Amino acid sequence: MVKTIAQAGLAVNENLVIKRNRITNPNMGLTGKKRVCIVTGTHGDELEGQYVCAKLAGYLSENSSALDGIVDIYPALNPLGIDSITRGIPMFDLDMNRIFPGTSEGTMAECIAADIISDIKGADICIDIHSSNIYLKEIPQVRINEISADELVPYAKMLNIDYIWVHSAATVLESTLAYSLNELGTKTLVVEMGVGMRITKEYCDQLFDGILNLLKNVGVWNGKTKPVREPILSTDHDVDFINSSAAGIFVPCVDHWVDIEKGAHIGDVLDPATGRVEEYVTAPCAGKIFTLREFPVVYGGSLIARILGGKNNA
Amino acid sequence: MRKCTLYSIESPYREPLDVLGYKFGSGEKSICVVGAMRGNEVQQMYVCSQIIKELQRIESYGRIADGCEIMVVPCVNYYSMNIGKRFWTMDNTDINRMFPGYSLGETTQRIADGLFEQLRGYKFGIQFASFYQPGDFLTHVKLMHTGFTDPEKMRDFGLPYAFVREPRPYDTTTLNYNWQIWETNAFSFFLNSTDNIDERSAVDAVDSVIRFMTRQGIIKGSGKGGYLTEIISEKDVVQIHSNIAGIYIPKVNAGDRFSKGDQLCEIFDPMEGEVISQVKAPFDGIVFFRYNRPLEFENSVIFKLIRR
Ligand SMILES: [Zn+2]
Repeated sequence: MVKTIAQAGLAVNENLVIKRNRITNPNMGLTGKKRVCIVTGTHGDELEGQYVCAKLAGYLSENSSALDGIVDIYPALNPLGIDSITRGIPMFDLDMNRIFPGTSEGTMAECIAADIISDIKGADICIDIHSSNIYLKEIPQVRINEISADELVPYAKMLNIDYIWVHSAATVLESTLAYSLNELGTKTLVVEMGVGMRITKEYCDQLFDGILNLLKNVGVWNGKTKPVREPILSTDHDVDFINSSAAGIFVPCVDHWVDIEKGAHIGDVLDPATGRVEEYVTAPCAGKIFTLREFPVVYGGSLIARILGGKNNA
Repeated sequence: MRKCTLYSIESPYREPLDVLGYKFGSGEKSICVVGAMRGNEVQQMYVCSQIIKELQRIESYGRIADGCEIMVVPCVNYYSMNIGKRFWTMDNTDINRMFPGYSLGETTQRIADGLFEQLRGYKFGIQFASFYQPGDFLTHVKLMHTGFTDPEKMRDFGLPYAFVREPRPYDTTTLNYNWQIWETNAFSFFLNSTDNIDERSAVDAVDSVIRFMTRQGIIKGSGKGGYLTEIISEKDVVQIHSNIAGIYIPKVNAGDRFSKGDQLCEIFDPMEGEVISQVKAPFDGIVFFRYNRPLEFENSVIFKLIRR
């Protein structure tokens, strides 16, 4: 059942509307049952979650007799952003993932944020699907703040992703949806996968299988599932960043998520006018590339790749 | 006056971005003034350019105090200004959300790092900042209260109001916050306009900054004039939200005094022209902030008012 959970008047004859589709088993009561939320579309240029939601909503609705709990799907937290290929909230130049938990006393965006939080709050698990940005392509991964790692890693492992990145705490991240919900006791996992403005079907299918597996593990789903892959945990490995040191266009010569040797050629930064190789980019360590630049134009500092290195001794 | 390049970055398609600083006097790093960090902060750049002009005059009279160095950075992000963008040209990141910066990080983190290296170590820091929502402010200085900078110092600007605000999580990556962490007494200076030039208020802002420098003994002179500043905090400011979306026509300006019951704005139905809302003043006060675009959404903050 699709319901509007937040709404605000726009200037001319239109409302901003945020919707939720609640999928349940019509032949079963809901008292005492678990609730899992799937949210996406906070950043308007990230679209991988659109397909995951569509696939999940269609499949669960058709097979609702195998449900034993509630699945709430929020396909677009920032519908105006998605509609206009704008990462933030249009008109505000505001990153929506920096205004949570919001407040009903605040601006339109803060009121909407507060309504979203109050609707999701109380759920057992929330999966917040992001897809990097238009610049970088990411292997399917879950990102977890170190302060909630013990609690969240076991659930992240259910999601059929390749990689779990436990990152250090940063004050600025305290205004994200995930941080705010985890504070309120709703275990929230942030998935990053694919690239902005695209749907990478293979990754979406992979996460779809993972979400069904998680639903089964927490007792919300009794239907079919497939075996899931065992993700690599960042805390066991070193992570290396490669940033461009020249300006130009970056042309890669390796694939994502394959093993590479230390010193291996990753790509070149070229001067489009002369063809000169401004930078011959090599791997600083052996490992697997889990982030790879997709948008070709680079400045000094532009991230080109992240490499998951060898096992550390930590 | 010495003009120097504080930080430079190559672009694949444009001339290099050279962030310029203008230095006056020599000796202890006494005060640093930073202007436009965002591409729409035109008034902020203009005020800094006028401060540079005034400091040249002051320097020619030998009135910069011995052993004091002043630096003014009128515009950091002119790349965006030149193409009508607010944030960084390529990835839309905000340089003022990248401090203290990271020399091995992304482009705007590198700019922040390279710049902060040069901005650090001054005793006082003033940043001409802008609010994320479009609107006009009553000119004021703001202190992000980290416990380092003494709020009483704000009186030396001689503006009618100074504002103390508790930092929020997203403030921790701003220049102001990091200045204070690195022991610079930092103030944000809010002008009454951003995208447009207001010459008269620019004159007042220049006077206020020169007065502050004089009262710190960085410029020789009496440092007279100005207002007896009232220091206010968030509890003294009442936000007025619109209760309905539509065409918004304000009836008061930033800085105006009003009495309880006075009309602050009217909101019109955008199609049928009828007045659908009239916002009345809930008490006697002064307009601290006024939204300034013709279209507004439901729940927009259209005014911030100070009780009188
Ligand atoms: Zn995102």
